[in-house]
Amino acid sequence: MNGAAQVTPQAVEYIRILPEIVLTIFGIIIMMLDPLMDERRSQRTLGAVGLVGALAAIVATLYQSQYPGVGFWGMVNVDSFSVFFHFLVTAVTAVVILTSYEYMEVQQIRAGEYYGLILFGAVGMCLMSSAVELVLIFIALEISSISTYILAGFRRRAAISSESSVKYFLLGSFATAFFLYGVALMFGATGSTSIAVIGQVLASGQPPVLAYVGIALMFVGLGFKVAAAPFHVWTPDVYEGAPAPIVGFMSTAPKAAVFAVLLRILFEAHAPGRLWLIWVVAALSMTLGNIGALVQDNVKRLLAYSSIAHAGYLLVAFAALPANGIPAAMFYTASYAAMNVGAFAVVSHLASAGERYVTMEDYAGLGRRSPLLAATLTIFLLSLIGIPATGGFFAKFYVFSAALQANLVGLVIIGVLNSAVGAYYYLRVIVVMYMREARQEVPVSPVPLGLGVALAISAVATIYLGVLPGRVLEYATRSAGDLLR
Amino acid sequence: MVPLSYYLVLSGILFACGVTGFLIKRNIITIFMSIELMLNGVNLSFVAFAAQWGKLSGQIFVFFVMVVAAAEAAVGLAIIIAVYRTRETLNVDQVNLLKL
Repeated sequence: MNGAAQVTPQAVEYIRILPEIVLTIFGIIIMMLDPLMDERRSQRTLGAVGLVGALAAIVATLYQSQYPGVGFWGMVNVDSFSVFFHFLVTAVTAVVILTSYEYMEVQQIRAGEYYGLILFGAVGMCLMSSAVELVLIFIALEISSISTYILAGFRRRAAISSESSVKYFLLGSFATAFFLYGVALMFGATGSTSIAVIGQVLASGQPPVLAYVGIALMFVGLGFKVAAAPFHVWTPDVYEGAPAPIVGFMSTAPKAAVFAVLLRILFEAHAPGRLWLIWVVAALSMTLGNIGALVQDNVKRLLAYSSIAHAGYLLVAFAALPANGIPAAMFYTASYAAMNVGAFAVVSHLASAGERYVTMEDYAGLGRRSPLLAATLTIFLLSLIGIPATGGFFAKFYVFSAALQANLVGLVIIGVLNSAVGAYYYLRVIVVMYMREARQEVPVSPVPLGLGVALAISAVATIYLGVLPGRVLEYATRSAGDLLR
Repeated sequence: MVPLSYYLVLSGILFACGVTGFLIKRNIITIFMSIELMLNGVNLSFVAFAAQWGKLSGQIFVFFVMVVAAAEAAVGLAIIIAVYRTRETLNVDQVNLLKL
């Protein structure tokens, strides 16, 4: 490989899971330090350890990208596709840890395992993006899900937090069972659980009926995890009850990882009959998500419905031809991660103790009281609408142009109409912030350093993707080539 | 020898029982048990297919499913206890602070 140092074959195997190893080690360190430390001070130290862990995982990914190939008996495959999602997940993890710093102090949650669980969840998400064997995909999916179930209920004393956790847990396990049944039928149809082998069998002749049913069931299971309609009912409830930084985490990183799994299953395995399935789900998600968001007064719920709609836009790319659709989908996950993590970082700062201030009314007059914070939130909201010069614009542009090249005019029309509907409720937040006077002054504390860095990273990433999308798109196109080879 | 289809039908019935239980039962613990039933239905079809293809990987998958189900049960029951502490009930109709 280009300039990579010579290492033994055994070492290469471990390099192929190096980011996961690094994250696990740091997670374990946090769990071991937690009981040894003074409760009051442990919070900051363990957060710092978590942050170092996430940054170390980014470095490990950089190192790993020099050693592409299959490792552990065909279990993981390091290619530019998996490296892209590793970067995404670890970067989101770092930003979320920065956001949580202040949040945990304000909410007076003193539990160090919070940061450990974030890292363990990131292990699962990283593993999902590089796994090429359904056994490992299943385990990685569960590692990430179980961590997020716990994180959703972390405001233990608040009844809505544990309620959101139990809803997430029950519906998530329900979805896992569907995914597993799909895997079982796929195994029955092809005699293998390796995606490459399944792809060969399915491409070599008329696929058996069992394979169609298997793909449909797997799609149902994964559809639940990405909150695509009609499997989206849990999303608003869970996002409303869960801690705000965690919502920023679980609406971006696990979703990106599950989309990576979907891309692998649908395209690398040559899944049959995917087009109409995706067409219907994409159209439903866009429409139900946007219509649901119109009537929301709680900002967290509004962003939850918006995330359903964005899952729909993303799925439009899945219906397009693979050569254009895969890069478009990857670009969308990256830009959605940047803007949504940023938006939830602002929400978690404004929420203050007990998450009291999360309704639209509490945002009134924010433009006057805290101009910089309001301006940052405006950038993210404009990007969510898809205004030019933000990442959201190019994300939608690439997705819709990929769909047009595949002659999916109907789906594109539904998508564009939905974007117009979506503009209404995002703009409503901006209008409330700048033009309406607050009936009662909601206190806004000054932005601490950690949160400031998190916001700066998200805002810069959002604008970077909107002004210079070329490099990321080029990388995504190369990854798609790796995936389809 | 019992034909493959018998096992598949049985596993389908188990899975369907689980789905039905999940949808109609009102107690969180019972709903959780329904999910376990669904997983067992899946396990049965894995073992049946593994015997059909003569491949061990299907049976190994079952072990992983059982391990993960155990981990899920540990976390799930803890979450259910947390709900019970704040609400003093396990009826899903009364756990309704968040409107659906």
